[in-house]
Amino acid sequence: MSIASESVARNETHVMQKGSPLLALENYTIAFATPDGTVQAVNGLDLTVAAGETVAIVGESGSGKSQTFNGVFGLLARNATTGGTAKLNGRDLLSMRPKDLDRVRGEDMAMVFQDPMTALNPAMKIKRQLAETLEVHHGVKRREAEAKALEMLKKVGIPEAERRIEQYPHELSGGMRQRVVIAMALLCRPKLIVADEPTTALDVTIQAQILDLFRDLTADFGTALVLITHDLGVVAGIADRVAVMYAGRIVEEAAVDALFARPAMPYTAALMRSIPRVDREVEAVEPIAGRPPNLIHPPAGCPFNPRCRFAEDKCRRERPPLAEVEPGRRAACWFPFIDAAAGTAGETPAEAPHV
Amino acid sequence: MSETLLTVDHLSTTFALRGKGLFAPPVALKAVNDVSFDLRAGETLGIVGESGCGKSTLGRSILRLIEPTGGRVVWQGRDLTALSASEMRKARRDLSIIFQDPIASLDPRMTVADIIAEPLRVADPSLDRKARRARVLKAMDEVGLAPEMASRYPHEFSGGQAQRIGIARAIITEPKLIVCDEPVSALDVSIQAQIVNLLKSLKERMGLTLIFISHDLSVVRLVSDRILVLYLGRVVELGPRSEVFAHPAHPYTRALLSAAPIPDPVVARGREHVVLRGDPPSPINPPSGCAFRTRCPIAKPVCAETAPPLIEVGVAHRSACLFAEEVLAMGPPTGNFSASANA
Repeated sequence: MSIASESVARNETHVMQKGSPLLALENYTIAFATPDGTVQAVNGLDLTVAAGETVAIVGESGSGKSQTFNGVFGLLARNATTGGTAKLNGRDLLSMRPKDLDRVRGEDMAMVFQDPMTALNPAMKIKRQLAETLEVHHGVKRREAEAKALEMLKKVGIPEAERRIEQYPHELSGGMRQRVVIAMALLCRPKLIVADEPTTALDVTIQAQILDLFRDLTADFGTALVLITHDLGVVAGIADRVAVMYAGRIVEEAAVDALFARPAMPYTAALMRSIPRVDREVEAVEPIAGRPPNLIHPPAGCPFNPRCRFAEDKCRRERPPLAEVEPGRRAACWFPFIDAAAGTAGETPAEAPHV
Repeated sequence: MSETLLTVDHLSTTFALRGKGLFAPPVALKAVNDVSFDLRAGETLGIVGESGCGKSTLGRSILRLIEPTGGRVVWQGRDLTALSASEMRKARRDLSIIFQDPIASLDPRMTVADIIAEPLRVADPSLDRKARRARVLKAMDEVGLAPEMASRYPHEFSGGQAQRIGIARAIITEPKLIVCDEPVSALDVSIQAQIVNLLKSLKERMGLTLIFISHDLSVVRLVSDRILVLYLGRVVELGPRSEVFAHPAHPYTRALLSAAPIPDPVVARGREHVVLRGDPPSPINPPSGCAFRTRCPIAKPVCAETAPPLIEVGVAHRSACLFAEEVLAMGPPTGNFSASANA
């Protein structure tokens, strides 16, 4: 299998590059000018993604999780301005000429969207859409590109790939279309794939298939994956590391086991208490009171303070920075739950040490 | 045991689709296929299944928002399917529905008060304005909407608030049964919990009976007393919540449970994965015998012969699988689906 050996070679280069992250966002900002004022959609974000790593970005609608990566791919609406840097392999994507950015997209990084139809041309056969990517980016000849396209369709688990490749997107089911989009994203062997709610529109049994596919492919190809989702269940099943976003900022970031075992930031903890579980019989969930803040007039201090039941005067006055609260964990909170005995999802935070 | 409110008796809803080609005969799509169950007063029945399995059509056929093509819907002893239009209108004050998309289900040109009052205009046309207004404000209060919102328009509301408007509209006639069709699927997680808790408390306060349709098994497990699993328009499993989740008796239920995400990385890594092959087959041309057999991990040749009937596999627990005992013996697809686990 040539692909497997190539991916080994790639992994070796990753080892050599160790120390410098694949993707690095620094003091990254996105603002939208609207008639009602400036919307600070993303605010001073610092985030790195290492080669081969799977990072989940979790947040509710309006938290800025999608905009962050739309900005990385140069896909923001025209009224947006960006600040800070977003570097892929040391090159700043934000200051890149559109022509250069075009080359990076598709070649070094690719995006998978929630609705596969937005990424597929309805009037083009699957074969053409896939082969075109290789022809444009790698100058591969048509016949060879089509052969590679077929090979990739088989790799992403499309049954009867020879027949499917001759079809149009509308002839495929939603799950199958998403597989095609993933195949398209993988064709140029990018180092980074960003998937924005890739399974939200799919049924659970199909979602499980697609998540399995992502797990296998990131392992086989050594691709880094950024998975944007609102679903903590999806995160738990696939991520190495998790960043939780709220009101345009990262409010907590940790390795997946540590984050779920004991969230440090009250918002993360509250989010976990608010979701029911399929594997347990609970009689009630605990909602988070109120709504996320208006990003034109965000509250002073910590953006979560109006909904946080542990908020104190300091939280209403000063915004907590995203700081390391213990090795491998960052949290933006003046009073994080960091004692090993407190702050787990099941416990009442009233037992937290700082109260 | 409380009285039986509703009996759904061999209900079927078939749509006639245009055949391929200009003169081809129409093709029948059996969206709901021979569904039967009872609903007791005060109970919540969760209906689960994947998209296209007929769960919304079933909910709407029960209310005759879509006309069923066969079987009966017996509501407090009367067959709804035999009622005239005007009799049905009267019966509707007891029957209500909440839709998935909270914004789309509200008329953008009506004020919140008018939207909420509309079912009342039909059910109680004799009420004067003042009395109607009082009922609207009472319903708004029940769902946690401030009275000053009455004169505002739907676009001014967030998804969660809009769903509260939809719920206020559903309860204004003081119905006995509400069909909730994916009521929280379009909402953010932190808002979902608010709406789920609201529905649960309304159910207690008003003595409601609910049919809760959702593709989200964890939400269904939270709100339901009993679970009905649909596959291609047919009931494949029906039983008490704790039984269906802890002792699934149909391979499809088991596969659904194994695919549902669990927000715990340790459990997620350790669990069994029943990977189903492919997509659900087309309801226009379903497989012979058991419709699930084409994706079933334990299908045998006999499964292609006849559609398996729903048979008793436990107390009030039924499965439409010839090998239900075998499935029961497998246990739930993770170590921790039991009813008692609460920690």
